[in-house]
Amino acid sequence: MVKTADAVIIGGGISGAAIAYELLKRGMKDVVVIEKDYIAAGATGRCGAGIRQQWGTEMNCIFSKYSCEAFERAEEELQYEGDIEFHQGGYLMLISTESEMEQMKKNVKLQNSLGIESKLLNLEESKEIVPFLNTEGLLGCAFHQKDGHLNPFHTNQAYANAAKRLGGHIYLYTTVTGIDVENGKIKGVQTDKGYISTKIVVNAAGGYSMQIADMAGVKLPLYSERHQILVTEPVEPILEPMVMSFSLNLYCQQVPHGSFIMGQTGKNEPQDLRITSSWDFLDDMTSTITKVLPPLKNLRLLRQWAGLYNMSPDKQPIYSAVKEVEGFYVAAGYSGHGFMFGPATGTVMAELILGLEPTLPWKQLNIERFEKGELIIEPSVV
Amino acid sequence: MSGDSIVCRCSDLDINEIRGYIDQGYTTVEEIKRLARLGMGPCQGRNCIPIVMRELSIATGKPISEIAAAVSRPPAKAIKLGEIVRAFEEETGGAK
Repeated sequence: MVKTADAVIIGGGISGAAIAYELLKRGMKDVVVIEKDYIAAGATGRCGAGIRQQWGTEMNCIFSKYSCEAFERAEEELQYEGDIEFHQGGYLMLISTESEMEQMKKNVKLQNSLGIESKLLNLEESKEIVPFLNTEGLLGCAFHQKDGHLNPFHTNQAYANAAKRLGGHIYLYTTVTGIDVENGKIKGVQTDKGYISTKIVVNAAGGYSMQIADMAGVKLPLYSERHQILVTEPVEPILEPMVMSFSLNLYCQQVPHGSFIMGQTGKNEPQDLRITSSWDFLDDMTSTITKVLPPLKNLRLLRQWAGLYNMSPDKQPIYSAVKEVEGFYVAAGYSGHGFMFGPATGTVMAELILGLEPTLPWKQLNIERFEKGELIIEPSVV
Repeated sequence: MSGDSIVCRCSDLDINEIRGYIDQGYTTVEEIKRLARLGMGPCQGRNCIPIVMRELSIATGKPISEIAAAVSRPPAKAIKLGEIVRAFEEETGGAK
C-alpha cells in the first residue's frame, strides 16, 4: 500500500471510480480508492441501473443528459474490453392521474427546451412500444428513446480499470478505520492495511457515507434506506423500454441477457443499513407488475436482493467541500439516482477538488443549502 | 478438467472463461459472479460455485475452506410470479 497520496477516495462504487478517473484524467497524480469489499459491491451493483433524462428540474436534466452521453462513449473512452451493455430502448413513464399528466406535460416542455427529445404518447402509441401493456387506468405515457439501462458491474469495472490504467491505486478488501484530522485539516486515512498521508479525502461511501463522515467529525444530513429488487429467468426479448410509474410505484426492465429486473419503494422502510430480503416485497411487487404487464405472471422469480438508497432532505446529491474540515469532500446522498449520475459525479468532483471552472451546474448542490433552506425540489423521483 | 468443460450450465461458462477471470486478478466468487453471470441462473449456483471455489483455491494457494461461496439469495427454488400473486390473494382475499 502507498504511504502518501494526493487524494484518497473512500468507496469503489460508480461514484468513487468515476471521481478517481476524472481526477487522474485532469492530471492529478497519486489517486487512491479504498473499497471495503470489491468493485460494485454496494449500491452500484444492487441497483436497477436505469438511465433516464426525463427529469423535472433543469439541473437534473443537464446532469442526466451529460451522463447519458458519457455512457454512450464510455467503452471507447475508458478502453474497456468487456461490454457495458448500454441498451437505449427508452423509458416509458406511465401516467395514471391528472396531476401526473400535468407534471409530465411540464417536464416534457422543460426537457425539450434542453435538447432532450422526450414526448407524450397516447395509449395507442404506448401499446406500439409495449404491445402487452395493460392500459386500464392509464391516461398516457411519456417516452424518451435515448433513455435505457446498463450493466452496473461492467460499467463500474470499466471506470475502475481506466483509473488504474492512468496510474490510480485501487485497494479492494480494505476497510477505512479512521480519518486523521488536525487543526481542522485532513492529514491522513487509517485503514486495516496501513496508513496513507493525504490532504484530500473524498467520501463516496454511498449508503455508509454518514459513518465515514463521522470519522472526520462531520455530521451529514443523510440517512440510508433499503430498496428491494428481483430478477426473473431469462426469456426471449419482448420488452424494449424501461417501464416506470411514480403513482403505481414500479420500475421494470428486460436486460439484454433476457432476465426481467424490477423494483419498487417499500412501505415504512426503517432508516438503517439493513439489506435483507422480505416476503412483503414479493407480494407487493408481483401484484403490481402482473397487473401492468400481465404476461410476466408466467416468468419464474430467480432471486431477490436489496441495496441502500442514501437519502438527502431534498432527494438531490451533495457535491461539496466541508467548511469545518479542510480537504474533506462529500459526494453522497443520491437518493436513488447515483448510478445514472455517475459520469457527472466524476466530472463535478474533479472540478470542485481541482478548483476548475464548472462545466455543470453543481454549485447549488453544496452542503450549506440545507442550513440556508435552499432546497432543490425534484418533482419526479421514485 | 479440459478447457471447454462447462462449469456453469445456466450461463454457458466453460473452465477457460473462469480461468481467464482469475488470470485478470479476480480472487473471489462474488466478483466472477457479477462479471460473468456465474451462478445467476435457475440452479442458483449449486453446480458451478463449488467448481469455481476449487479453481480459486488452486490459483490463490488458499485452502478451499477459506474461499467464500457467493451469498445465497431467496428463493431456494424458482417460482412463477403468478404463483406468488395467487398465494397472496388466497391468504388475504386480495386485500392489502
